[in-house]
Amino acid sequence: MDNSKIGHHISEQFNKELEDVRNKVLAMGGLVEQQLELAIEALITGNIEQAEFVIGQDSQIDMLEVAIELECTQILALRQPTAFDLRLLLAVIKIVHELERIGNKAKRIAEMAVKLSSHTNAMPKHDMDRMVELVKAMLDNALDAFARMSIEEIPAITERDQKVDREYENIVRLLITHMMEDPRNITRFLDVMTTVRALERVGDHARYICEHLVFMIKGENVRHLTQEELVDKINTPR
Amino acid sequence: MTAQQVKSHSIDMSSVLRDKDVSQQPTETCIKVENLNLFYGEKQALHGINMEMQKKKVTAYIGPSGCGKSTLLRCINRMNDLVDSARIEGKILLDGDNIYDKSVNVAALRRRVGMVFQKPNPFPKSIFENVAYGLRIQGINDKRVLEETVENALRGAALWDEMKDRLNDNALGMSGGQQQRLVIARAIAIEPEVLLLDEPASALDPISTLKIEELINELKEKYTIVIVTHNMQQAARVSDYTAFMYMGELIEIGTTSELFTNPSKKQTEDYITGRYG
Repeated sequence: MDNSKIGHHISEQFNKELEDVRNKVLAMGGLVEQQLELAIEALITGNIEQAEFVIGQDSQIDMLEVAIELECTQILALRQPTAFDLRLLLAVIKIVHELERIGNKAKRIAEMAVKLSSHTNAMPKHDMDRMVELVKAMLDNALDAFARMSIEEIPAITERDQKVDREYENIVRLLITHMMEDPRNITRFLDVMTTVRALERVGDHARYICEHLVFMIKGENVRHLTQEELVDKINTPR
Repeated sequence: MTAQQVKSHSIDMSSVLRDKDVSQQPTETCIKVENLNLFYGEKQALHGINMEMQKKKVTAYIGPSGCGKSTLLRCINRMNDLVDSARIEGKILLDGDNIYDKSVNVAALRRRVGMVFQKPNPFPKSIFENVAYGLRIQGINDKRVLEETVENALRGAALWDEMKDRLNDNALGMSGGQQQRLVIARAIAIEPEVLLLDEPASALDPISTLKIEELINELKEKYTIVIVTHNMQQAARVSDYTAFMYMGELIEIGTTSELFTNPSKKQTEDYITGRYG
């Protein structure tokens, strides 16, 4: 791991504080990733215990978010950081917010897993496979990019969000067809829809994490841009 | 709503955003430094400096001790002329005229370019006479003119309310922060165009420092200000533009907000984030 961007302050204590924030974000990311993984698995296998475990763990993520935010606030107040250090802290505050949101989505999926456990055949499992893989990879790669403090892979990650969106649309279309064919099961299919929607949102939040990373590393604000504009910003030297 | 009514609700926020951003505001060059080299004897203290300072804006010089920022500041009113071993190459243009031109009257230049130092240096005279000093040496002795000027200068330096009943007190009895504002009043009494501030708040307590910073913010309505400071947060708070100098070279100059959030040079980044380069 490249820590050079964080280290080398004349104040060794400042190095430690930033390193500590970074480690906490990585720990939080690991937990969120695990939550998502377990929630999806519970959904597919109909394992209620596992789903309830995920729901119970969500408070850990909330706690981390609050703790990391507090730490960032204290560093901002006491160190008055500038340049990369400032952008790092601002980005971290936003990234932990995205992670917390992803945690909520995992919890939501777990809740749906409980609700749908007696109707596992309601899940369009095969149709969801691809979306699940894409979303998990997006989150994994975004956290990896944060750990390495590198934006090289960002365009590839954000591009996947567009694929996730297309998969989402396909599944929604499929669910609507099911609902029309079998109106008695509309309630159940709406729950499935909620689940798929949660997954799609995870992809969005992973994309936002990438955007915050570009701001942190390059100092360019790339929010609200198209994929092409984002790639262009990343590749244009300052 | 009709289409017309809908349209009347459309709001363009870009102007709201632009107001805060110095880089979007119209600028006019006040001071232009061209290929400036300065030598103290054999030793070169400034290396090929090129920069511009904008009218009625605050430009801060930051950099480690000995990087040449005070030397550069002193070049702007030819204070380095007083140093025997100092030799200068290049030009400094004030409103387009080279201040190092042979025809330039240095005393007249210094009336246009006032300077305030790190340690307040009031004269051992009354508060009134300190502020009136610049006018008196210009031969102005009209009581009414002097009184009016002193009042305006003291108001300009945010001292009038505190000092209006003590104008005949000795200036040396004032606090450090008041003395520094008095010296600024003395500098602006002769209505210069440019104010050079060499670490004006480094010897002051935090409250006096904030008062000086507040004052700088007010003074830039009328004057072009160049400030040297060791305190980066101060540079960040008071200036519109910041120049980072290192070993006698100008490394980077840009709007303060850009330089402190996203500097373009690694050396600047290392310095302002407190890293060893």
